[in-house]
Amino acid sequence: MIPAGFEYHRPADLASAVGILRAHGDEARVVAGGHSLIPMMKLRMAELGHLIDLQAIGELKGIEIDEGRVTLGAMTTQHELIAHEGLARAIPLLREAALQIADPQVRYMGTVGGNVANGDPGNDMPGLMQCLDARFELYGAEGTRQVAAREFYEAAYFTARADDEILTRILLPIPPAGTGYAYAKQKRKIGDYATAAAAVLIGEGLSSVAMTNLSDTPVWSEEAGTALAGGDIEGCVEAMLAAIDPQEDMRGPIAFKRHVAAVILRRAIDSALSRRA
Amino acid sequence: MKDEVQSPEERSAGLKGMGCSRKRVEDVRFTQGKGNYVDDIKLDGMLTGDFVRSPYAHARIKSIDTEAALAVPGVLAVLTAKDLEPLGLHWMPTLAGDKQMVLADGKVLFQGQEVAYVVATDRYAAADGVAAVEVDYEDLPVVTDPFKAMDPDAPVLREDLAGQTEGAHGPRRHHNHIFTWEQGDRAATEAVLAEADVVAEEMVYYHRTHPMPLETCGCVASMDKVTGKLTLWGTFQAPHAVRTVASLISGIAEHNIRVISPDIGGGFGNKVGVYPGYVCSIVASIVTGKPVKWVESRMDNLMSTAFARDYWMQGKIAATKEGKITGLWCHTTADHGGFDACADPTKFPAGFMNICTGSYDIPVAYLAVDGVYTNKAPGGVAYRCSFRVTEAAYFIERMIEVLAIKLNMDAAELRRINFIRKDQFPYQSALGWEYDSGDYHTAWEKALNAVGYDALRREQAARLEAFKRGETRKLIGIGLTHFTEIVGAGPVKNCDILGLGMFDSCEIRIHPTGSAIARLGTISQGQGHATTFAQIIASEIGIPADDITLEEGDTDTAPYGLGTYGSRSTPVAGAATAMAARKIRAKAQMIAAYLLEVHDDDVEFDVDRFVVKGAPERFKTMKEIAFASYNQAIPGVEPGLEAVSYYDPPNMTYPFGAYICVMEIDVDTGEHEVRSFYALDDCGTRINPMIIEGQVHGGATEGYAIAMGQEIAYDDMGNHKTATLMDFFVPTAWETPHYTTDFTVTPSPHHPIGAKGVGESPNVGSVPCFSNAVHDAFRPFGLVQSHMPHDHWRIWKIAEDLGLHG
Ligand SMILES: Cc1cc2nc3c(=O)[nH]c(=O)nc-3n(C[C@H](O)[C@H](O)[C@H](O)COP(=O)(O)OP(=O)(O)OC[C@H]3O[C@@H](n4cnc5c(N)ncnc54)[C@H](O)[C@@H]3O)c2cc1C
Repeated sequence: MIPAGFEYHRPADLASAVGILRAHGDEARVVAGGHSLIPMMKLRMAELGHLIDLQAIGELKGIEIDEGRVTLGAMTTQHELIAHEGLARAIPLLREAALQIADPQVRYMGTVGGNVANGDPGNDMPGLMQCLDARFELYGAEGTRQVAAREFYEAAYFTARADDEILTRILLPIPPAGTGYAYAKQKRKIGDYATAAAAVLIGEGLSSVAMTNLSDTPVWSEEAGTALAGGDIEGCVEAMLAAIDPQEDMRGPIAFKRHVAAVILRRAIDSALSRRA
Repeated sequence: MKDEVQSPEERSAGLKGMGCSRKRVEDVRFTQGKGNYVDDIKLDGMLTGDFVRSPYAHARIKSIDTEAALAVPGVLAVLTAKDLEPLGLHWMPTLAGDKQMVLADGKVLFQGQEVAYVVATDRYAAADGVAAVEVDYEDLPVVTDPFKAMDPDAPVLREDLAGQTEGAHGPRRHHNHIFTWEQGDRAATEAVLAEADVVAEEMVYYHRTHPMPLETCGCVASMDKVTGKLTLWGTFQAPHAVRTVASLISGIAEHNIRVISPDIGGGFGNKVGVYPGYVCSIVASIVTGKPVKWVESRMDNLMSTAFARDYWMQGKIAATKEGKITGLWCHTTADHGGFDACADPTKFPAGFMNICTGSYDIPVAYLAVDGVYTNKAPGGVAYRCSFRVTEAAYFIERMIEVLAIKLNMDAAELRRINFIRKDQFPYQSALGWEYDSGDYHTAWEKALNAVGYDALRREQAARLEAFKRGETRKLIGIGLTHFTEIVGAGPVKNCDILGLGMFDSCEIRIHPTGSAIARLGTISQGQGHATTFAQIIASEIGIPADDITLEEGDTDTAPYGLGTYGSRSTPVAGAATAMAARKIRAKAQMIAAYLLEVHDDDVEFDVDRFVVKGAPERFKTMKEIAFASYNQAIPGVEPGLEAVSYYDPPNMTYPFGAYICVMEIDVDTGEHEVRSFYALDDCGTRINPMIIEGQVHGGATEGYAIAMGQEIAYDDMGNHKTATLMDFFVPTAWETPHYTTDFTVTPSPHHPIGAKGVGESPNVGSVPCFSNAVHDAFRPFGLVQSHMPHDHWRIWKIAEDLGLHG
């Protein structure tokens, strides 16, 4: 449980960070809160020569709420996200989901940027971001570009982010007032990844459903959202079941996961409907 | 002066003796991070050792190339079996009469097995060295199923035993067979089964799991080449036995070995065994002349050091139509992994599994246990239980439920009509034990009343109706358990480990000013010995517990004892403590009589002093007596005031308890919620009620983990699937149920203070209680038996198989 040796870098600005990334190619990796990456390094499943710590880069921090839009700096910790009252009013779904991630100790360190950039199907934020129709801002040598969360995930640990790009900000549209929301997650214990989790929004002209840890990427289903918008809950569940592709693990066999996925989704929908104004 | 105004009750309270909820003296350092654990030990020039472990469950080792590892900066040596062989240390004896590879000798038998030992200047270099060792494996067919292991053409696991038809415990009938252990009367039991009104039959599996001490296993070995003395600090639950074993296998004279168990962060049986890390660290220290530390990672611990349980228990229970049990039959297939490294008394290869008649008056019984080799880690320790007692308790408490289903009877009533009655004690069980004392009916009634049993059953029935009407998806399960343990091993006449009789010891020295130090042969791993044993002495000789230092774990200073496991500390060392204290009291009486100028028989003990009979104003306090013992020349009495006692218990003790759990179960997700958990424990005389309560909370939480999710799982290739805390279930405060504790007191008649031991009762009793609650919820739908752990998907599977998902 001891990582192989590596060089540690702590740049103070984005340009230097990208410079170091480019200089070392796939030998280098950025570290945010370290709560996904460092365990992998300790298991020697991730071996890298250069670790670039993003903690000192001020521009990656901060939560901004403007007209109709929230911007989260990539280095915002899950704890900061939970503690922010304005954010909880603007997009209450974020706090509800973040509170179901890991435990307080992990949330003091784990960042929202690390959670979405990681590409682990177990992470809760990617599905959540797809449900909310977030956009990720990436900064690289060629400048800045944006990718929709719904187009970001390619396979487990593979995303649209190039190796030498850094995720800087997450841009979120604020759902209209009165939108019903819910994040429901079944897990074995505090600190566990989801057996199945569902993010649901139901509102005026906006119904969106995404699920977590039921495929090698988060699953956002347009059909499920459309069915839900039309009040067809079972149609929504069916569309989602058609979209997921869970694998057997210690949480249980596939049939169980599919069953639970449907139950959790229905519960999230019920809860979202009950909150809809 | 103050003495004279204090009543005897006040003086007694000031002692903080037996019955007092004295705060744990250990916690001052533990809660401040000031404990001294093995990993806190830092010696000049200390090196670190770490293992190369096998990625295969069964493979031949074709070659080991250490060249690259030796080139890693900081790596000083890489030990393999070839290096240990000239010393005769490439294999070592196990506690169960088998032998075990220290480092892989030609092949590996389980994933995670120790293959090479890298010695380096620090942990980082050692880890890099481990990664650089190249091992060429040729994989062999893997057996993880103990039944398939006994197929005629199953792969041969232990080639070293080829042709050996006789093992440490009798004949071996197959190349993967270790022993058969039989108890009771087979013919009589089978006759009863053949003629019984009712026979219930079931396979009860108690899955493989693992103790989870917060601190993993480890040691520091330091060979002083000048004095020739080896000092070994380690996480040992039995330091004295480790010294003897280390001497026997290394050839170093026993007086030249000093074993020290410092603070230990939980043991639960995991730290009873002797592991390759200890042997390799000693060798490495001898070779390098420097101290060598080895501390397991969590993965190392879960993969390689001793597991627990893994018993397949086929049961048959016979009864009359009225529910009176007439016989019990059990055949167990015990999966021991690649080596038989169970930690049991020598004559008990399946531990005290023959306590499996439980709390019930069962006239005839038969038990057979077959031990089998598989490609899994060795072990088979008692995880917070006396040797295999939790398996036995789980078996009988499940069989009672299975019988209740067959008889269509209430399981509480079935227990009631079969309990051993109070007037039957001491009770001879059909499988050979003499239960010392018990009052099961009283405990049972108290428990049923406390939880409002009848009202609970009515609520459960109403819920079931609501469920059937489609108004709810949650069922209620009521889990019942009445367990009887057998602890305090044990009488030297039948209990030994590697030939060492299982007595224990205490030595007490009273200082001139009336304070004291006591040393015991046991070793606390969090049980609070420094607190409770001082309380025994306080009550026995009238010195305040706060004035007594307690020491354990250093073989150079403590009297010899067999250590702490199997709830034996209070029954055995606690008895030795009381006996040593009584020797001191007897001498104090002579001194007091001399000082008071009366005959020995004319003084009597009164809390903290001896008083002249009939003249209570004439007395000598223990403080005065202590001083006198150091400064007066008393004819016929040696100076000083100290005593030692080695206590060979005449019998085991038999703690018991009644546990009741109410659980809500979601049939759709398989989730559960423990609504209430009531635990009544009878551990005889209660020394410190607060510590008892703490022990019950801790043990019940481990029991909860085991019943509801904790397991060591392997796939068909022998890959370990639960080697991290992501998948190995350890409840957090959030999942942990709330407990209500209660008690009755039935002292042990043969123990000097009547105490029976409690540390393991809650693990033994709670596992069947939680499991029975799950089963009970589904009983109306026809569920008879479903194996633990009852994690979400397995509970969901019960509901699915019963057609409850529509
Ligand atoms: C015990 C435990 C339980 C957990 N439970 C959950 C859970 O239930 N749900 C859940 O969602 N998560 C869970 N996590 C993961 C936790 O939330 C992580 O902290 C999070 O997934 C990653 O965030 P981080 O800041 O720690 O990222 P890091 O570990 O630092 O990085 C993760 C990956 O993302 C990359 N990365 C990080 N930041 C950027 C960036 N700005 N640009 C580009 N790449 C970047 C890194 O290079 C790395 O590959 C758990 C973790 C632990 C230890």
